This record gives sequence, C-alpha cells and structure tokens, in this order.
Amino acid sequence: MLKIENLHIHYGGIHALRGVSLDVPDGQIISLIGANGAGKSTTLKAIMSLIPMTDGRVSFDGTDITRMQTRDIVREGVVLCPEGRRVFPDLTIAENLTMGAYLRKDKESIAKDTKWVYDLFPRLLERKWQLAGTLSGGEQQMLAVGRALMSKPKLLMMDEPSLGLAPIIIKNIFEIIKEINQSGVNILLIEQNAKAALEISHYGYVVETGTIVLCGPGKELLTNDQVRKAYLGE
Amino acid sequence: MPMEFINKKLNKSTKLILTLLLVLACIILTYMLDKGIIGTSYTVRIVRIAVIYSLIGVSMNLVNGFTGVFSLGQAGFMAIGAYCVGIFTIPVDARANVYYLEPISDKIAGFVLPFGVALLMGGLLAALFAALIGAPILKLKSDYLAIATLGFSEIIRAVIANEQMWPITNGSLGLKSIPGFTTLFAPVLISAAGITLMVLLINSSYGRAFKAIREDETAAESMGINLFKHKELSFVVSAFFAGIGGGLLATHLTAIDSNQFKIAVTYELLLIIVLGGLGSVTGTVISAFMISFGKEYLRFFDAAQSIGGWQIPIFRPGLRMVIFSLLLMAVVLFWRRGLMGRKEFSWDGIYNFFRKWPWRFKKLMRGDYKTEAKTKRKSIAAGKAIDSAASKSKRAGRKADKTADREKKKEVKADAE
Repeated sequence: MLKIENLHIHYGGIHALRGVSLDVPDGQIISLIGANGAGKSTTLKAIMSLIPMTDGRVSFDGTDITRMQTRDIVREGVVLCPEGRRVFPDLTIAENLTMGAYLRKDKESIAKDTKWVYDLFPRLLERKWQLAGTLSGGEQQMLAVGRALMSKPKLLMMDEPSLGLAPIIIKNIFEIIKEINQSGVNILLIEQNAKAALEISHYGYVVETGTIVLCGPGKELLTNDQVRKAYLGE
Repeated sequence: MPMEFINKKLNKSTKLILTLLLVLACIILTYMLDKGIIGTSYTVRIVRIAVIYSLIGVSMNLVNGFTGVFSLGQAGFMAIGAYCVGIFTIPVDARANVYYLEPISDKIAGFVLPFGVALLMGGLLAALFAALIGAPILKLKSDYLAIATLGFSEIIRAVIANEQMWPITNGSLGLKSIPGFTTLFAPVLISAAGITLMVLLINSSYGRAFKAIREDETAAESMGINLFKHKELSFVVSAFFAGIGGGLLATHLTAIDSNQFKIAVTYELLLIIVLGGLGSVTGTVISAFMISFGKEYLRFFDAAQSIGGWQIPIFRPGLRMVIFSLLLMAVVLFWRRGLMGRKEFSWDGIYNFFRKWPWRFKKLMRGDYKTEAKTKRKSIAAGKAIDSAASKSKRAGRKADKTADREKKKEVKADAE
C-alpha cells in the first residue's frame, strides 16, 4: 500500500533521515518505534509533504506521491493525526470533525462517517457543541483521531497517540486503533511507548539516528533482546 | 438554591422576532438621526464615522482575528478606495479648482462616475492590489507579514503623493469638493450589507477553514486545507471591504489627502479590533462605536484645562492619543481577549445574563455574603482552636475523598475490562 524507499531529509546542516525504507502492506498496523530525535515524526511529515525531502521516493497504492501537495495526498487517502493532538481549540467538536472532512463533498457519506466516529467515541457525541480546547487530554486525542478518520483515509498515520495520557486511557486508545484497523483502515503508528505499540502491530520498525536498525513482526520485536534493552527498559 | 446555573435556550421564533425588532429599532434610530429628531449634526457625523469604522474594523478582523494572519495594510487599501471615489465623483466644473497647481489629466478630466460605481471600483481595485501583493507576502509568517503589509500601505501613500501622479491624485494637495452624503442611510446600509456578507463568509465552510488555519496551521494543512488559497481569499475580501470603507470615508470627509492614510489609521483599527475582541464581529462593531464616540467626547483632554486658575500642564493636544494607548495597554494586560473575546452577541447570552440577575440579587438580599464574612471574622478571633478543628475536619474529608477515589478507580477498571 504505502512504500517508502531510501528517504533522506536534511534540516539545515543536519542529516536527519539517512535512507529510511519501509512498507505498509494492506490491512495491517505497522509501528515505527525509537527514541526521541530518531526521526520518527520527520518520516511522517515527509510522507505528508509537510517538510521537503532531499532524496527518496514515496508511493501509495501504486501512485507516486513524493512531490505531491499535502492536500492531494489527503485526497489520495493518506492522513496524519499529528503529535500532541493539535485539535482546533476554539472550534466545537462538531466543527473539528467537519474540518476533517474538508476535502469531501458527499454529504451523505460524511454524515455516515460522523456517526461512525461518534460510535467509536461516545464521549465526543455527549460534548458535540463544546469547544475542543475545553476537553481533557484523552478526549482531545480521541477528537484528533476522529477528525483524521473523517477524511475517510485508507492509511491513517498517528504520531504518538499516547503522549501525555494516563495509562488507562492509552489502553483505551490502542483498543480503538485496533478496531479502526479491523474496519479496513491501514495504520502507521509512531510510538515511544514501544510495548503498547508492538503488542497491537503486525510488523514493526526500529529507528535510530535516522536509519532503520531493526525490523520484524511485532511480537518478535517484543522478545528481541536489543529492543528489550533499549526501549522496554528490561 | 441551584448550585450550578443552567443556561437555557430561547426558541427560534422568539430569537427571530427579537432580531427583527432590533433591526427595526436601528432603522428607526437611523431615520430619527437623519431627520434631526434626535441628536445634532455632530452626532450624525460621529455615527457615520462609527459605521464606516465598523465595516473596516470587521474587514481587518476577518484577516487578523479569524484567519490569524497578522496584516497591517488596511490603511493602504482604504487609501485606494478613498482616492478612487474621490477622483471619479468630484463634479467636472469643480475639478479646475481642485487641481489648481497641475491640471487634471485629459484622459479622466470629463469622466465622472456615480457614487455607487466609483465605490465598487475602489473596492475592486483594492482587492486587485491585495491579490497581487498577497501572492508573494502571504507565505511569510506573523511579524514578517505585518512588516511587509505595513510597507505596502506606506508605498501606496508615497505613490499617491508622488509628483508623477499629480495629474491623477493631485499629490500632496489632496482632493476636495468630493460630494458628501445626503443621508445617513447610505453609509449605514452599505456598512451593514458589507458586514453581513463577511459574516456569511465566516459562517461558511471557508470561514471554518479560516478559523482552522488561525488555530493551527500544520494541523489545518494535514487536513488537506489549502493554506495559501484561504489566506489569499480572506486577504482579498478584507481589502475589498477596506476599499469600500475608504470610499465611504472619502465621501464622509469630502476632502482627503494622502497623509490621512498613515500608519496611525491602521493603529486605530487595531485598537478597535483588539478592544472588541480578535475574532468577534459584534465586538468589533461595539468597540468601533465606543472608540468613535470616545474619541469625540474625550476631546477635553486635548484642550487646555485649568483648576481654579492653575493650568494643568499635561492637558494639551495629543493627550487623547496617549489615553488611547494606555487603554490599549490596559486591555491587553487585564482583558486579554477584548470585550467579546471570540464570542458573538446572542439572544441566549443576554437572556441568561438577566435570568441570573434576580438570583444574584436575592442572594445578596438574604445576606449570604454578610454571614460568610461574619463567620470568617469569628474564626480569626477564635484563633488556633478553630484552625486546628478545621484542619482535623479537612483531614477527615481527605480520607473520605481517597476512599471515594479508590472506589471510582475500581469502577473504571471494571468498565475497561
């Protein structure tokens, strides 16, 4: 589905990504784990064309999206749920969700998806007319995921969905990520919380200083000594 | 006694009737002012200024408050609109008198447009300039954009005053004999129509996109919003209405020159939108009226004042602007989001405000506040004894809280599983 080949990024003089290649096959949850500054978020931003890439190729569903505008990439069916929630605080929850469906014109299917998002997160329906800025961290994360889903993506990319949330809510969010995947959306997950991410992933990649150092099925990585030492603190 | 006040909503037809009544009241008020039944011609002038500034203020708020683009070029767009109206509405036989130093260019000498057409042309010309300069400068962020737009507005002023432009703009001599308003209805209706159009834009899906860009550009871009297109749209629409406002101002003043469109004008508009609330249309209108009336009725600060023969030294021309600056600082410090913040006037808000009133009043009458104060005083008098008792009860309370918490956690866990 999504294929990244030899991705290079420079921030000024810093070579942030040094040839990252990865695959997101159909129907799977793929996670990208690594420490702070390893280049996880940079990878996602580069896929969305939010930052320019020096070299490399990104294709989605057979289309080359390397040099496309962000909005065209969203139209192709890739969406990013950015790090740190980033909901629109002074818009209501309903308006935030509408913004997610910004590029879509078909009102009926938008209404259907809105209902689906409210079914996934009943909390949001209760607070439909509340300003997003007044929500708790966990609720904002739910809204951010819901908003991303409103663009009807084929691939949902999530940047640190567990950031700053209580363990019980993290568990809840990961359950929902699984549920979203089962409904047919591919997921590329970026996490520092390696254990939680690998537990639900079909396949995982480990990034270190801009390169992929390890990959394998999620369950296998969980038992890998190197990973256990570096990321699981065991 | 209800602990938490519950907001109630009025039904739709009531709101519609109230809105219609308000509109009717405005029309009647305008009519009475126009016919001189209430107020003087001085009041009429201030109202005219206030409605024109409302229009320009809302246009500036559209860019600054709703789209989050820090633009300070409003005075330049106003100048374009004002000069367009000025040049094309001065009657032909008055033109020789206006352009007395250098005659008016032959091409436009006999060319007079009706007020409406000239006004529209001024708006469109301002919008065209906005579209042209928007393409390069809207890629800039915050303060850099402010500097670029400010520079643009100064360029417009310099061009108007330029020697080569004299046959068209009459340079630094300015324009006079511009036919003024014959009725108050013209500026009121034009401003109302302009503001209504902008409100419709703000409430459309474009408006939602503007707000999304204001709140978080990256997130908005990730949603597939075309940042440039929306910023440009908001910038151009804003310039259009600033041009219209400038045209109205020219007609109101009947004499203009390029010095009237200095940065000070933009600064005044900034004061209006910050005071009213960045991102509030009704706030802008309210504060435009407040500032316009305030500016006139605070004139005594500019005149020399004396107490018992002793002349107060600080009362001199210019003090009024100092007061304004202080006002702006005070608003920014204590009332960060202005009068209305990002809220709009709503009948529900008014209704709930008054519903709360009698309740507050009753509470006051019952003397709840008084008894509270009494107990406090007593406790201070009794000293430590009460304090320790209070802390004991607090401790007990905390214990109870903890057990409740634990129970809650258990419940949540059970739910999760």
